[in-house]
Amino acid sequence: MTSVFGIPVAVILGQLMLGLVNGSFYAMLSLGLAVIFGLMGVVNFAHGAFYTLGAFAALLALQLFGINYWVALIVAPLAVGALGMIVERLLLRRVYGLDPLYGLLLTFGLALICEGSLNQVFGATGQSYPVPPALAGGFNLGFMFLPLYRAWVIAVSVVVCFSTWYVIERTRLGATLRAARENTPLLQSFGVNVPLLMAGTFGGGVALAALAGVLASPIVLVNSYMGSSLVIVVFAVVVIGGMGSILGSIVGGLTLGVVEGFTKVLYPEASNVVVFVIMALVLILRPAGLFGRD
Amino acid sequence: MRITAVAYAVLALFALMVPLLGIYPVFMMQLLCLAMFACAYNLLLGFGRMLSFGHAAFFGTAAYATGWLVTAHAWGPGTAILAGVVVAALLGLAVGTLAIRRQGIYFAMITLALAQLIYFVCLEAPFTGGENGLQGVPRGKLLGFLPLKSDVVLYYVVLAAFVAVFLFIRRVVHSPFGQVLKAIRDNEPRAISLGYEINRYKLLAFVLSATLAGFAGSLKALVFGFVTLSDVQQSTSGEVILMTLLGGTGTFFGPVVGAAVVTTLQQYLSDLVGGWVIAIIGVVFVACVLSFRRGIVGELAAARWLRRAPPPR
Repeated sequence: MTSVFGIPVAVILGQLMLGLVNGSFYAMLSLGLAVIFGLMGVVNFAHGAFYTLGAFAALLALQLFGINYWVALIVAPLAVGALGMIVERLLLRRVYGLDPLYGLLLTFGLALICEGSLNQVFGATGQSYPVPPALAGGFNLGFMFLPLYRAWVIAVSVVVCFSTWYVIERTRLGATLRAARENTPLLQSFGVNVPLLMAGTFGGGVALAALAGVLASPIVLVNSYMGSSLVIVVFAVVVIGGMGSILGSIVGGLTLGVVEGFTKVLYPEASNVVVFVIMALVLILRPAGLFGRD
Repeated sequence: MRITAVAYAVLALFALMVPLLGIYPVFMMQLLCLAMFACAYNLLLGFGRMLSFGHAAFFGTAAYATGWLVTAHAWGPGTAILAGVVVAALLGLAVGTLAIRRQGIYFAMITLALAQLIYFVCLEAPFTGGENGLQGVPRGKLLGFLPLKSDVVLYYVVLAAFVAVFLFIRRVVHSPFGQVLKAIRDNEPRAISLGYEINRYKLLAFVLSATLAGFAGSLKALVFGFVTLSDVQQSTSGEVILMTLLGGTGTFFGPVVGAAVVTTLQQYLSDLVGGWVIAIIGVVFVACVLSFRRGIVGELAAARWLRRAPPPR
C-alpha cells in the first residue's frame, strides 16, 4: 500500500513528522505558559517575544562571538531566563493581586516593545541559522526520509516537557512552588523566599520559550515576528487543553501539531485555522477545556 | 458639571469648524472613526469588563463588506455601510456566543484566537484581494444626493455618525440594561443571585460593541478608499485596547481622548522616529498599566473630585 485516498503514504508521514515538530513547539510554549499561569496567575502575552529572543540570542551569539549551537542551546535560554527574572522583579511584580487582565495587558506591551525593537534593529527579512553539522542529514527509513534535525527537536521537546512535568508534580521543589500559589504568607512564615521563587518561576517558564526559539532557529527563518503568530495558536492550544493542566498542555500541544499536519495533507486551505476551529468546538462541547477542571 | 458642559461646547464648536481651520479633513475623519471604534470597544471593556483581544475582526470585516459591495457591486454608500454593520453584528453574535462561555483571561484568549481565524479567512477569501486588499473604493453619493467625494461633506457625515454613536452609547449605559451590565462587571455572582441571566446581558453588550465597531470600520473604508489586511489584524485590536486604556476605561469621553492621542502620536512620531513607533506604543502600554490604570480622563476626573479612591484593581 503506497497511497491512502490517493495521497502517497510518504507524503502523509512527512506531514505527520512536520506536525510533530510544530507540536513540539506548541507543547514547549504552552507548557511555559501553563507553568507561569499555574504558579503566578499571570498570562504571559510576551511568551512569543521571549521565544523570538531565544532564537535571536542564538543567532547573534553565532554571528558575533562564534558561539556554536550546542553552547547556545544552554546559554541562550539562561540569558533570556535571566532577562525574564529582571522583568518579573521590575515590572510584573507590580500587577500581582490586581485583576489578571492587567498582567495580560502589561505583557502585551512588553511584547510590542521587544518585537518592535527587534524589527527596527534587524529588519523584517528573516535570517537563517545553519543546522549544526552533527545533526545534518537524515535516515532513510525505507518508507520515508527522516531528517535528523527534526527528530532531534521532537526528542528534546519530549524530554524537556516531561522533565518539567516531573519537577512540578513529583518533587519537593514543585510542591513548594504549588504551595506558594495556594498560601503565600504561610509559606513565607516557614522561611521560604517566595519573591525569589516567583522570579525563578517566571525565568524558568520564559527560558522554556527561549529554548524552543533556539531549537526552531535552524528550521524557520529567524525574524522579529516569528513568535507573535505562534503565540496565538499556543493560546488556542491552552484553551483547548485547559490552562491549569501541565500534562494537558504537553499532550494538547503535540496532538494539535499532528492534527494540523494531517489537515495540510487533506485540506491545505484549512491548515492555518484548524486549531482555532477545534477550539471553537471544544468551547461548545466542553467549555472548561479537555483537561481542565473548574 | 459646568466645566464639563463648557468643555463639550468648545469641542462641539471645534469639531464643526474643522474644515474652516485648515486641518486636514482626512486626518480628522480617521480620528473620528478610531474614536468611534474605541467608544464601541469601551462599551465592552469599560462597562462590561470583558477584555476582547479581537475587535479588529469586526472593524475589518465590516470594512471589507462595505468596500466590496461598493466596489464590485456598485452599491450606494448608505446601503453598503448598513450591510457592513449587519455583517459585523452577525459575526459579533457568533464570536460572542463562544467567548462568553469563559471569563477574564480566557475570554481574552478566545477572542484573540477567533479573530486570528477571521484574519486567515480574510487572507484567503476570493473577494478581499488577499495581500493587496481592496483598492479604489469609491465614496459615491449618500442617499443618492450627498456627494461624499467632497472631503468636507464626508467629514460632516462622519462627525454626525460619531456624535450619534457617542450619544447612543451614553443612552445604553444609562439604561436599565447598562445598569445591569455594570452590576455584572462589579459583582458577577451577586448579579446571578439576583436572578439576572447574565449571559444574555453579556452577549447583547458584545453584539452591540461589535456592531458599532463595524460601523466605524465601514466608515473608515469609505474615508480612505481602501481596505487592507491590517484592518483585521491583531495590531489593530491592540491599538483599540490602548486607546481605551490610555483615555480611560469606563468613562464616556476617555476613548475619544485616547484615540486622539494615539492617532496624533502615530502621525507625528512616525515622521520623527520611523519604525520605533511600535516599541514606543509598547512603552505607553506598560506605563499605562503600571502607573495610571484609570487613564487620562479617569485620572482627571478622580483628581477633580478629590476622590482619593485607590487605583482600579
